Amino acid sequence: MIEHRDDLASKMGMWLFIFTELLLFGMLFVVYAVYRSMHPEAFKLASEELDVVLGTFNTVILLISSMTVAMSITSIQKGNKKLAMTLLIITLVIAVVFLVNKYFEWGSKFEYGFNPGGEELLQLGHGTILFFGLYFVMTGIHAIHILIGVGLFIYVLLQLRKDKIHQTDYIWLENTGLYWHLVDLIWIFLFPLLYLIH
Amino acid sequence: MSDSNNAHNVSYLDYKGQYKGLSAWIFSTDHKRIGLLYLYTMLAFFSVGAILGLLMKTELIAPGATIMGPKAYNALFTLHGIIMIFIIVVPGLPAVFGNFFLPIMIGAKDVAFPRLNLLSWWLYVIGILIVLTSQFLGDGPPDTGWTFYAPYSFQTPANVLPAVFGAFVMGFSSILTGINFVVTIHRMRAPGMTWFKMPLFPWTLYGTAWIQILATPVIGITLLLIVAERLLGIGIFDPALGGDPILYQHLFWIYSHPAVYIMILPGMGVISEIIPVFSKKTIFGYKAIVLSTMAIAFVGYFVWGHHMFTSGMSGRALYTFSFLTFLVAIPSAIKVFNWVSTMHKGSLDMQTPFYWAVSFIFVFMIGGLTGLVLGSLATNVHVHDTHFVVAHFHYIVFGGTGYAFMAALHYWFPKMFGRMYDLGWANLGWGIFFIGFNALYLPMFFLGMQGMPRRYYDYLPDFHGGNIISSLGAWVMISGIIIIFANLIRSARHGKKTTQKNPWGGKTLEWQVETPPTLENFEEIPTIEKGPYHFGE
Ligand code: HEM
Ligand SMILES: [Cu+2]
Repeated sequence: MIEHRDDLASKMGMWLFIFTELLLFGMLFVVYAVYRSMHPEAFKLASEELDVVLGTFNTVILLISSMTVAMSITSIQKGNKKLAMTLLIITLVIAVVFLVNKYFEWGSKFEYGFNPGGEELLQLGHGTILFFGLYFVMTGIHAIHILIGVGLFIYVLLQLRKDKIHQTDYIWLENTGLYWHLVDLIWIFLFPLLYLIH
Repeated sequence: MSDSNNAHNVSYLDYKGQYKGLSAWIFSTDHKRIGLLYLYTMLAFFSVGAILGLLMKTELIAPGATIMGPKAYNALFTLHGIIMIFIIVVPGLPAVFGNFFLPIMIGAKDVAFPRLNLLSWWLYVIGILIVLTSQFLGDGPPDTGWTFYAPYSFQTPANVLPAVFGAFVMGFSSILTGINFVVTIHRMRAPGMTWFKMPLFPWTLYGTAWIQILATPVIGITLLLIVAERLLGIGIFDPALGGDPILYQHLFWIYSHPAVYIMILPGMGVISEIIPVFSKKTIFGYKAIVLSTMAIAFVGYFVWGHHMFTSGMSGRALYTFSFLTFLVAIPSAIKVFNWVSTMHKGSLDMQTPFYWAVSFIFVFMIGGLTGLVLGSLATNVHVHDTHFVVAHFHYIVFGGTGYAFMAALHYWFPKMFGRMYDLGWANLGWGIFFIGFNALYLPMFFLGMQGMPRRYYDYLPDFHGGNIISSLGAWVMISGIIIIFANLIRSARHGKKTTQKNPWGGKTLEWQVETPPTLENFEEIPTIEKGPYHFGE
């Protein structure tokens, strides 16, 4: 059977999928809003415990990676396979750096016993427990998305190398890019909610 | 015809592709084969769920422990609920008949993403397997009920984790099917098939698919939070850590009320196909049915609170939810009027699918009207968490979705298998089933009003009479089911062969293609000029 190809349909499917992701995180934001309004003071104090410098750094590199993946798409549209691959590798590296930072950030929280169920944390008030519970759930689910993104980049890179993705058929790259923008966008919301609002 | 590799003239059942044997099915991306894969999986698990139900009813035939104790009973209703809701009625009609007939009815060769479609089935099966492990591993089968209410669901030692996670994976499958159908309907309708020339079953699948996309992520994250709560103790639903279990109920029902429309809308679509064909009349109020479908899909998001009237809510929230619940019943009632008006003065052709369709209207009305009793605040407090609720949702879910499923099966069977079933046995099975069904569930309304709570293995002696009738009804109903299934399974393999394209005189596209359909459904994509139900009266 001849596979019928409809890039517009694929893109539409991807957008619908992005919708579902936004709803998934949207519900977490709702839960966050509910508990923040119940414990405004504790949330403020707890958020000051987070490492704003590391968070800002991660935000900046993630934004850059959104740009590089977009540039990679433009390059393949222009038929420049080598540039497309280079840009994608940069994106991939940034994704990994983001995760490494996250690892250290989480690690220091564990060290101080601020992990869910951690000794220190349980000594503190309900608001603080909830804040850190949400912090780990939200950044954790986001990190899983980054990890999936890494997998997608590797797959797309292999396809690019085998010329399965090329100037006239690059929907996989384009949809991966869309996905990556989503992951970036969600971080853009997570970052101020968790690190910045005081 | 001898060349079984040619996609154009060989039946999808005989087509020989790159795989053989079982692999030719479980790796097939043909929407028709995937539809049948779902059908067989569901048939198997429906049988399991039905046996569990029968065991529960047998337990309830007399007060006290009859054949089991409280622990076993709790495990049974939990597994029964999980199977029937997450494995059967949520994927239900879209996964089986939507997959099989949506592309054909809109004049397409397949769905938009055939491989994604196969992935959906695989995720569904993986989800089922994960759920099943909850029964055998760890500290005993889950005993929370299918609703997994916090805080019990993360405090019980029972093995809740795989059940919750399995449901999460099945949710993924449901989302992917939804995305597939929305894109298919937008991009692949045959030339000339404008939105308002699309048949009603595809329309209801469209509404359903949107709910699948927009509601399922909510249950996804909710179930993940339960997983996190159990594994890590994050405290979000745990009052001991400052969390709020009622928040769980909200999140759960924000999905699960729209999900009841995932269950029923496609059923309404099937009935809207069958009634005109067997009345030989154009459907009455096509547009009203379309608009009420979309209205249900929309308003259905804003009524979840009616499951929580007794959980603690502000007065204003209470009457708002109650009011909206009454609103959402209106579009359903509109459809009932449409179906009845279609039959009015039609030349009725009394055949098995029509029996199912008409009895659907009957039981659906009982279910819907008792929903209103539950939706009004004062009466809800009286019957909440009693057998009244159990009767209500069985009349709707089993009476609605279940009957529509049977109607669809008997309506499209000859097209799907190229064989005909025995009409006599089919009608007999329907009759016995219908009597058993009402004997089983009708007494529950009265028991509930008298105050018999749900989810207990035992009851006061006062409730004995009603329970005897109900339990005997269960046995009668199961006899009906056995007759129906035996007839269909035998006929699928040995029934009279037929290549007749249009045994019932239907007007939609699936009745113009070969019986059984060829691999690519259409040799040439048709051009549509007329609306879907022209009976030329
Ligand atoms: C006329 C429309 C309907 C109304 C007004 C309505 C109303 C209600 C209300 C108020 C409850 C909560 C009862 C309680 O727990 O106190 C309820 C429960 C339920 N309804 Fe409906 N309903 C309607 C249609 C449906 C449909 C179409 C379905 C499924 C196809 C459905 C499935 C259920 C289920 C499964 C439950 C029980 C959930 C549980 O606690 O386990 N209902 N309904
Ligand atoms: Cu509801």
